[in-house]
Amino acid sequence: MEMVMTLLLIIVLLNAIMVVRTKHLLAACIIFMAQSLVMVLIWILLQSPDLAITEAAVGAGVSSLLFFLALKKIQAIDQGKENSAHEK
Amino acid sequence: MKNDLDRDLSLSLEESSPQASRLDAAHLHAHDTRIHRQDRAFSTRENQAHALSLGGYRALSVLVAVGVILVLLWGVMDLPAFGRDTNPVENEVAERYLAQGLQEGGATNLVANMILDYRAFDTLGESNVLFTAATAVLLLLRGLQTREADRSLAAAAPEAPADPILRAGARALCPVILLYGLYIILNGHLGPGGGFSGGAVMGAALILYREAYGSEKMGHLFSFRTYRAISFFALAFYALSKAYSFFTGANHLPSIISTGTPGAILSAGLILPLNIAVGFVVCCTMYGFFALFEKGEI
Repeated sequence: MEMVMTLLLIIVLLNAIMVVRTKHLLAACIIFMAQSLVMVLIWILLQSPDLAITEAAVGAGVSSLLFFLALKKIQAIDQGKENSAHEK
Repeated sequence: MKNDLDRDLSLSLEESSPQASRLDAAHLHAHDTRIHRQDRAFSTRENQAHALSLGGYRALSVLVAVGVILVLLWGVMDLPAFGRDTNPVENEVAERYLAQGLQEGGATNLVANMILDYRAFDTLGESNVLFTAATAVLLLLRGLQTREADRSLAAAAPEAPADPILRAGARALCPVILLYGLYIILNGHLGPGGGFSGGAVMGAALILYREAYGSEKMGHLFSFRTYRAISFFALAFYALSKAYSFFTGANHLPSIISTGTPGAILSAGLILPLNIAVGFVVCCTMYGFFALFEKGEI
């Protein structure tokens, strides 16, 4: 159990770094979503299923939806590939 | 005589004009290159200054970040070890909640007992914060977009139909997600869950339906009037029922609300109705946020 926890915490840390490092906005949103899903597993391991349900619904669900909506509004979803190629 | 002169003049003009234009062009070109060269000289100088300031900025930001990290780590060093029973969080309040919660609140989910019975006033504040945030977004976005919509009403195109995969997926998933959200809300006092998480799940289902079938169709089910009515009645019910229970509790009066048998679906006094109220407010707020950000109206 200790091993699983350490692994999950390392994944959270890597995710957090990758969210900032990615140039691709859509990919950053999806990594942020994955971060929430890993946090759900951590909450379950810490025996707080209430928090896990809320984190899954709000963190991975609704807030990611709002991020995608914002990307759609600034038209960054379709041009994401070109943008990332340009910035490299 | 005069005509000849005119012709000569015009001829000479015609002959000279290409030359003149070529000269002009050469001159212009020279001018251009000079400007370009000046530009490049200027920009290299500026670039150097820019690079210097950028380097300074980077060094400064790294310094600030390292400083903040050190301060935070220093603070974390003083934290007690995780989960030890001598920690300050393990005080008599938590013990009381765990030992007496089932008798006093009546919910087998002790977390629901805490947030909707012992700390019900905090949860009322949380629901109001959500409602206030939605109202602020409404004030900001609604006025802005109606003015734009008035201007471009003629140019407004009908919404493009959603992807067939999305439609089929939404048709299969929406009822199940809604039902699961309702289950989380109604089961909040018996097991993990509660108003906030269940409401968020139900809001996500409504958003999915809206994305698949368009805001037009969603408008029949959920309009601004529905949003207003549900938010108002849920918050008013929460405030009034909790005011009653605070009043009777503080004055040692007998209350008509009984805790019932722990574990039954109709038990735990006010926790189930409060869960439903919070769930409706959260569901409406989540959906309202999405609708407002997408289109500027609910």
